[in-house]
Amino acid sequence: MVEAQLAVRDLHGWYGESHVLHGMSFDVYAGEVVTLLGRNGAGKTSTMRAVMGMLPKRQGSVHFEGKELIRLKSDRIARQGLAYCPEERGIFASLNVRENLVLPPKVKDGGLSIEQIYVLFPNLKERGNSQGTKLSGGEQQMLAIARILRTGAKLLLLDEPTEGLAPVIVQQIGNTIRKLREQGFTILLVEQNFRFAGTVADRHYVVEHGKVVDMIPNSAIERNGEKLKSYLGV
Amino acid sequence: MFELIGVPPQALFAQLLLGLINGAFYSLLSLGLAVIFGLMNVINFAHGAQYMMGAFCAWMLLNYLGVPYWGALVLSPLVIGLFGILLERVLISRLYDVDHLYGLLLTFGLALIIEGLFRKQYGSSGLPYANPIPGGANLGFMFLPWYRAWVVAFSLFVCLGTWFVVEKTQLGSYLRAATERPELVQAFGINVPRMITLTYGFGVGLAALGGVLAAPIYSVNPVMGANLIIVVFAVVVIGGMGSIMGSIVTGFGLGVIEGFTKVFYPEASNTVIFVIMAVVLMVRPQGLYGTPR
Repeated sequence: MVEAQLAVRDLHGWYGESHVLHGMSFDVYAGEVVTLLGRNGAGKTSTMRAVMGMLPKRQGSVHFEGKELIRLKSDRIARQGLAYCPEERGIFASLNVRENLVLPPKVKDGGLSIEQIYVLFPNLKERGNSQGTKLSGGEQQMLAIARILRTGAKLLLLDEPTEGLAPVIVQQIGNTIRKLREQGFTILLVEQNFRFAGTVADRHYVVEHGKVVDMIPNSAIERNGEKLKSYLGV
Repeated sequence: MFELIGVPPQALFAQLLLGLINGAFYSLLSLGLAVIFGLMNVINFAHGAQYMMGAFCAWMLLNYLGVPYWGALVLSPLVIGLFGILLERVLISRLYDVDHLYGLLLTFGLALIIEGLFRKQYGSSGLPYANPIPGGANLGFMFLPWYRAWVVAFSLFVCLGTWFVVEKTQLGSYLRAATERPELVQAFGINVPRMITLTYGFGVGLAALGGVLAAPIYSVNPVMGANLIIVVFAVVVIGGMGSIMGSIVTGFGLGVIEGFTKVFYPEASNTVIFVIMAVVLMVRPQGLYGTPR
């Protein structure tokens, strides 16, 4: 049996006194696109932040390519080859587009070159000298994804990349995710929109109250439509 | 010779030079404060004491070890910068999770302790430090001492160099990004705590460099920093907390304004900077170059 690239077991996490993750367990295999689906506040973003070491207090096990990450600081975790694209995109206002793009340092060989990134996201090339936060929401999202492709990270954690974007931009992001999957990236995606998730992912974990409550392969997503709707409250 | 509104030009240019000299120190010190505040949100009240330590370190290097001025210009900022790194690691870093007021109190207390120790050891009358480049040039309208010209030119060079590194290089983009969202920059694989430590060391080193430059002009004195730091804080407020270019421009600008006030209305020369600070705070509370927080 193949070992998962990312294996999360019984992951607990706290923000100060508040216990937000109650034993998350899931696997992501190399080359897969996997989503964490769930309502607002279910613990999806906290899971990503816990995997990246950004949650102040965490417990359990996060194995990446056979290495335990739970005790590492977030900069050491990133250096193992994981890269995070936050929900609010995290574009820096005091940096221009190009500086934002080249900000994350290379952690491994085999990242995309700037030219390859400009092929995927032609808009970013023209806007290189604009202030990062002067871009439209869609462009900022593209920039937030683009900048973690250079680093050589093999596992991308994308937190709601479609949030608040127009349908045509959502489609572009879907295309981008499929292209990245073809190029061999592994992607863990947080989504609330299971229709979008169904167009890009291989498997879906349903998250409720800081725990995984169900796993649905993408082939079964149509059959489980009613169940998903009740999970997501849509 | 012509006169300008009843003031002989010699007096005017002499005060302009004095203003630029003071401005050079205001800029160097407020720059260090700005870099430290921008990244760490710590108001480093020990900055004046660290400037004084830079001057004393140069004096000790010369008198105990025979290291001349040019050696001290490099060594003293390194030594005092390392001292800053130690302070940050051992004391200041414990306060990042609490209100910044605690950082201010801690560094204020440190400043008092450091100044007290130096006063006990060396007295407060001041120690002489020989001018390493004596002489000067008669420019016709004024006499320009070489050492003062060097201080203005070198400070300007260091200030602009710092601005260039922060605003135009990859290292500077890490600093600017970490000023906005340190946890995200760290999650990209950058060791932010180490960067903060080194930045504090760099800011302290700048203060010490100011101290070495000041040693031959003013006597080396335990309270030299305490006298200067109040004005420097006014400069930082006027320029805008955390703004690099703001520190440089307002530092030199206010030095010159203060110099000219000495010519035209000497009674106001000690208060003019604070009057400007009050006006700026009323009209533009974030400072001339600051962005509202």
